[in-house]
Amino acid sequence: MIKLTINGEQHELDIPDNMPLLWAIRDIVGMKGTKFGCGIGQCGACTVHMDGVATRSCSTPVSAVQGEITTIEAMADDPVGQKVQQAWLDLGVAQCGYCQGGQIMNATALLKKTPAPETGEIVDAMEGNLCRCGTYNRILAAIERAADQKEANS
Amino acid sequence: MSRSDNLMLANVSRRGLLKGLAGGSALMLAARWDLGLANEKAQFGAGAMPGGWVDNPNVFINIGSDGLVTIVNNRAEMGQGIRTSLVMVAADELGADWDQVRVQQADANQEKYGNQNTDGSRSMRHWYDPMRRAAAAARLMLEQAAADEWDVPVHEVRAEVHKVVHPATGREAGFGELAKAARELDVPGRDALVLKSDSELRFIGKESGLINGELKSAHPKAIDGEDIVSGKAIFGADIDLEDTLYAVVARPPVYGAKVKSVDDSDALKVSGVKKVIRIEGTGQPAAFSPLGGVAVVATNTWAAMEGRRALKIDWDNGPAGDNASYTTEAYRQSLEKAAQSPGKVVRQKGDAEAALKEADQRVSATYYMPHMAQSPMEPPVAVVRIRGGKAEAWAPVQNPRATREGIAGLLEMDLENVTVHQTLLGGGFGRKSKPDFVTEAAHVAKEFEGQPIKLQWSREDDIQHAYFHAVSVDHLEAGLDADGKATSWRHRTLSPSIASLFAPDPKHKGEFELGMGFNTMPFSIPAIRLENPPAPAHVRIGWFRSVYNLPHAWAIQSFAHEMSVAAGKDHRDYVLDLLGSDREVHNLTVGDGWNYGEDPDLYPIDVARMRRVIERATEEAGWGRETGKGRGLGLAFHHSFVSYTAIVFDVEVDDDGELTIHRADIAFDCGPQANPERIRSQIEGACVMGIGIALQSEVTFKDGVAQQDNFDSYLIPRMPDAPEVVRVHLIDNPDDAMGGVGEPGLPPVAPALCNAIHAATGKRIRRLPVGDQLRG
Repeated sequence: MIKLTINGEQHELDIPDNMPLLWAIRDIVGMKGTKFGCGIGQCGACTVHMDGVATRSCSTPVSAVQGEITTIEAMADDPVGQKVQQAWLDLGVAQCGYCQGGQIMNATALLKKTPAPETGEIVDAMEGNLCRCGTYNRILAAIERAADQKEANS
Repeated sequence: MSRSDNLMLANVSRRGLLKGLAGGSALMLAARWDLGLANEKAQFGAGAMPGGWVDNPNVFINIGSDGLVTIVNNRAEMGQGIRTSLVMVAADELGADWDQVRVQQADANQEKYGNQNTDGSRSMRHWYDPMRRAAAAARLMLEQAAADEWDVPVHEVRAEVHKVVHPATGREAGFGELAKAARELDVPGRDALVLKSDSELRFIGKESGLINGELKSAHPKAIDGEDIVSGKAIFGADIDLEDTLYAVVARPPVYGAKVKSVDDSDALKVSGVKKVIRIEGTGQPAAFSPLGGVAVVATNTWAAMEGRRALKIDWDNGPAGDNASYTTEAYRQSLEKAAQSPGKVVRQKGDAEAALKEADQRVSATYYMPHMAQSPMEPPVAVVRIRGGKAEAWAPVQNPRATREGIAGLLEMDLENVTVHQTLLGGGFGRKSKPDFVTEAAHVAKEFEGQPIKLQWSREDDIQHAYFHAVSVDHLEAGLDADGKATSWRHRTLSPSIASLFAPDPKHKGEFELGMGFNTMPFSIPAIRLENPPAPAHVRIGWFRSVYNLPHAWAIQSFAHEMSVAAGKDHRDYVLDLLGSDREVHNLTVGDGWNYGEDPDLYPIDVARMRRVIERATEEAGWGRETGKGRGLGLAFHHSFVSYTAIVFDVEVDDDGELTIHRADIAFDCGPQANPERIRSQIEGACVMGIGIALQSEVTFKDGVAQQDNFDSYLIPRMPDAPEVVRVHLIDNPDDAMGGVGEPGLPPVAPALCNAIHAATGKRIRRLPVGDQLRG
């Protein structure tokens, strides 16, 4: 049995050790916000937090999970996640939206670690998250906006 | 005529057509509206599309007695924002409070909803008018209901935001209060409708959102925005039905190959694997049918993938013919060789051959653009359940009609027994115009009566079995006189045709392919000769955002720059001269009978509009300014999907060949703008996608097998590849007919970027992608 804590809830799952966390979350637990994009950690659509660290769930076997998993569904309850989500809405970042959950997870992890990142730090941190619609300029602007608001409110 | 005068003409002669429903559900009108009324030329535009258009308010708009307005969106949402924009158009005309508006996605039903094939940048230009009319009719019905209730003439009442008022007595009633009575009324005739004047509009055409770095009022917000940022938006793979089984398919690596034998003994040992099924492909041409292969069905996606890994399959390449020897480098050379000989002449003016011989100077170049995969972030995926002689599908498809027909054809069912529910699309870009992946799911589902099958493509499947963007070679020659002025232009274009997907390979581009910026090249040159030598197809060729506009714009816009360099002239001045005087070019006069399906009288190729976008983009970019060593500006422009785009890049290339894109200035003219904010986002996104086409993206083949299989080998743009700044300059042009938005931003990007690279470095790029050509 594999034990996972996802968004504060404990799950005991009868799944093989080598099953990627992504499929455990999507097919077994049934939470659909975390997306499949490439399966090899190249696109970031599957990004979750593992004890707060942005992690590619598609290439993390469940046996390698250590600590608590947080997914996009929990960002509305996260003070930093909320600001990131709001900035995304304010700037109309999303086009198709498929990658944006992963983008938001990665951006939120960045801002938790680096509350006021330089532009270059944002670009470096977000390089692993693909968006085929090409929304990068708005993603960058939204992260800067979320960072500003975070400072203003703290 | 004032609006209230016109309202008195409201005709109430259609009594009895409506079938009222209890509660808040939508009404259905049995009879189709008379298409002839507002569509004088049914051979063009929306009227010429299968299923045409519908503007019956009872099909698209429902108002509940609680005041909630539900508007049906009949087009695929794939990131262009149509669920917001089209609903916004209707809500504005209706007078609805945006906070009380909901969207309902239409199932596949073109008899009811009109054409639903979301393709060709058509959604807004074909549906803006019908949706406004539907909403205006609904508004008039609400006004009539209020007038009846208050026993006053209808011209004394008027709809305001979500209510109808009678100013003379101060009475008012909310849309919800009036909904039941309004539903009982006849739908007014089109001649009774008066659309709101521009000054009465609250949403349509209003700038909002992020405008070149500054945030304006962001109302109304994207309808799916909150669901997207919270992970609640439902894409194809997110459909969650009880007892679902999961499937993946091993497909023949070579187009047309078949399974010779399969050993599934190890696959069946994988925990969770239920069954292994052979899928017969339909061979070539494949059209929208599955490629065939072996499906592994399991209790979860991972088990299915593990099972597939354990299959041992021998493929028979015999049926694939010479596809099995298709190799990119050899093919490129064969096209370049063919480009040296004359081909089928598709447009001729004057004697270009003679003029070339007499020219003071000749310019010649050959350009190459490779195969590419659309690769939307959501790989193809579908859920299909078959039970009791009926099939039900949930899928992210651009063409719900073809999806329905594909399933019905496979299962030999009547169309009425096939239901297709449209989910959000995690990107489309033309890939999801082809519903092969849904038919594939139906193949599996027919083995599991009553049980939903979710068939998931991996990224490897997506890249290796795309409907590839056509590889292309374009060879151009121009003759210049002693002043550098063009006297002749000869262009040979070679690409496999999309027609090869549906019929024996014609080896020549079809009319709609040539009409994408090849025949329609607008330069005013005394002698022109356009030729199309043959090019065979060896893989599935399909639409990719902007389609053949990509190679045509790439070649023509690069070559025009080369001509300006040869002439020693400023590029902008040179192309404005090439364009010639402001005039309207009728498509038939340049050998194009297609014109994106639009009426040439409404949609000529307007040289003045082309000139305007060029002037705007270059002015905004500071054209002509001193840029310093290693830095330069590059321009390109293109007419496609009846819209006009010009782009200027400001780039820098350092001594190591490292490229930095400082800025993009894009001028865009699509005529009237329904939702400028989403237009900007489409143009920004096209800019980034185009940078990938220029710099990175390529699928190559060896012995018929795609050599790239995931995002570590098939490269698409990442955040560092985006320009530091993207500025979109929308041309204020409410007077021309509405043009497309989703695609026309893309074609000029690659040539503008390569022209900028030339300006910065003197290095000419003629083969895409740029890759490491700037190094060393």
